Amino acid sequence: MDWQALEVSLRLGALTVLILAPIAIAVARWLAFRRFAARPLIEAMLALPLVLPPTVLGYYLLVALGGNSPIGGGWRALFGHSLVFSFEALLIGSLIVNLPFAIQPMQRSFQAIPADIREAAMVSGFAPWRLLWRIDLPLAWPGIVTGLVLTFAHTLGEFGVVLMLGGSIPGQTRTIAVAIYDRVQAFDMGGAGAMAALLLGLSLAALAIVYSLSNRVARRD
Amino acid sequence: MWRGVTDALGLEARFSQSGPIPLAVELTCAPGELVALVGPSGSGKTTALRVIAGLTRPAQGYVRCAGALWLDISAGVDIPAHRRKVGFVFQSYALFPHMSALANIEAALSHLAGAARAARAHELLELVQLADMAQRKPAALSGGQQQRVAVARALARDPAVLLLDEPFSAVDRRTRRFLQDELQDLRANIRMPIILVTHDLTEAAALADRLCVLDKGETLQTGAPRDVMAAPSSARVREALDLPEV
Repeated sequence: MDWQALEVSLRLGALTVLILAPIAIAVARWLAFRRFAARPLIEAMLALPLVLPPTVLGYYLLVALGGNSPIGGGWRALFGHSLVFSFEALLIGSLIVNLPFAIQPMQRSFQAIPADIREAAMVSGFAPWRLLWRIDLPLAWPGIVTGLVLTFAHTLGEFGVVLMLGGSIPGQTRTIAVAIYDRVQAFDMGGAGAMAALLLGLSLAALAIVYSLSNRVARRD
Repeated sequence: MWRGVTDALGLEARFSQSGPIPLAVELTCAPGELVALVGPSGSGKTTALRVIAGLTRPAQGYVRCAGALWLDISAGVDIPAHRRKVGFVFQSYALFPHMSALANIEAALSHLAGAARAARAHELLELVQLADMAQRKPAALSGGQQQRVAVARALARDPAVLLLDEPFSAVDRRTRRFLQDELQDLRANIRMPIILVTHDLTEAAALADRLCVLDKGETLQTGAPRDVMAAPSSARVREALDLPEV
């Protein structure tokens, strides 16, 4: 068992969830309640990571964050090392890859709040922030938790983008999914099997949480 | 028509638009007066209430209430819904499903401090005779009880106008009669303009001081129920109210 790789994966998953939570909630709520012409296009762009091969996404991220790009060049000038093949690059990639996993369940859950309940809150004197805290978040929480659990589980399992952006530097960019691949390459089937079983267990637990939450929402409706 | 001191305290609304829902509404309501908006379904009754509450923005017009200007499109004034002192009872009641009856009322009392808020919420629950249901969630209340919580919540804001959107349509006949009696009792205790949207002419005639007939978003005639029903101003009013031919 590569404990260091597990630690990198867990750190990546936790940071992705922490950073993505407020962003995804804000974007999902905006998409759920605003009507504007460009909405389908934005929704399509946010859903791209679901259908694009991870290598395609990884390629574009590599180009966007590489040393010759403004972002990569700026990063090197600021921190003295390249952005790609670092943990930070993995984190940026992970945030982008997980956008649809986080946003879609949250958006559906916000959309399921009856319009008249939100309007009743407005005419009861709820300012926009209070509407978020007292109505939107309490009523949409199963979708929010679902989005975050899916994000965490998906981050643990992400392979293609991680390999393209981070390579496999122990303690830095070697995640558990990459470590499994490395072990198989080295014919260490026992080591690979233990880590594969752990990922399987974690993913199953995450999905069980998601489904039990969706059942809760279905019962409420 | 009311004049003088009451002008400043009542509601005065005039607004119009050509689409998506055509509107040409003129409406006044003095404090303590109950005006019923009547007309066939799709005549724009609910939309008119929503404009007053700030939930829908018309293309032109103004809304003035209790001396405050809430909306004046030509002057660029549009006070958001949460800052208009409106008590709104929705047709579906729209109670907050995750909050108890008491918390639903407290939620609309944000203008009061903590202790005063709880006291006032209990007082309002007693006013609508639901003191023993304080901790129940909306799903555990009957339709009539939910309607009374909705009325208490609407009154909680200490509103300058009370807007009732078909408040009696979702309950059975007996409960409806009981709730209608309660509304009459309530009117003895509160003095604010009340606008009631209903498609039930008998209900409107029994409860309202004046009827305001709406058809296709246009106010056609306003007057005492007896006058409007005895002398509709046009064939369109007669048709909108489904009155028999003379």
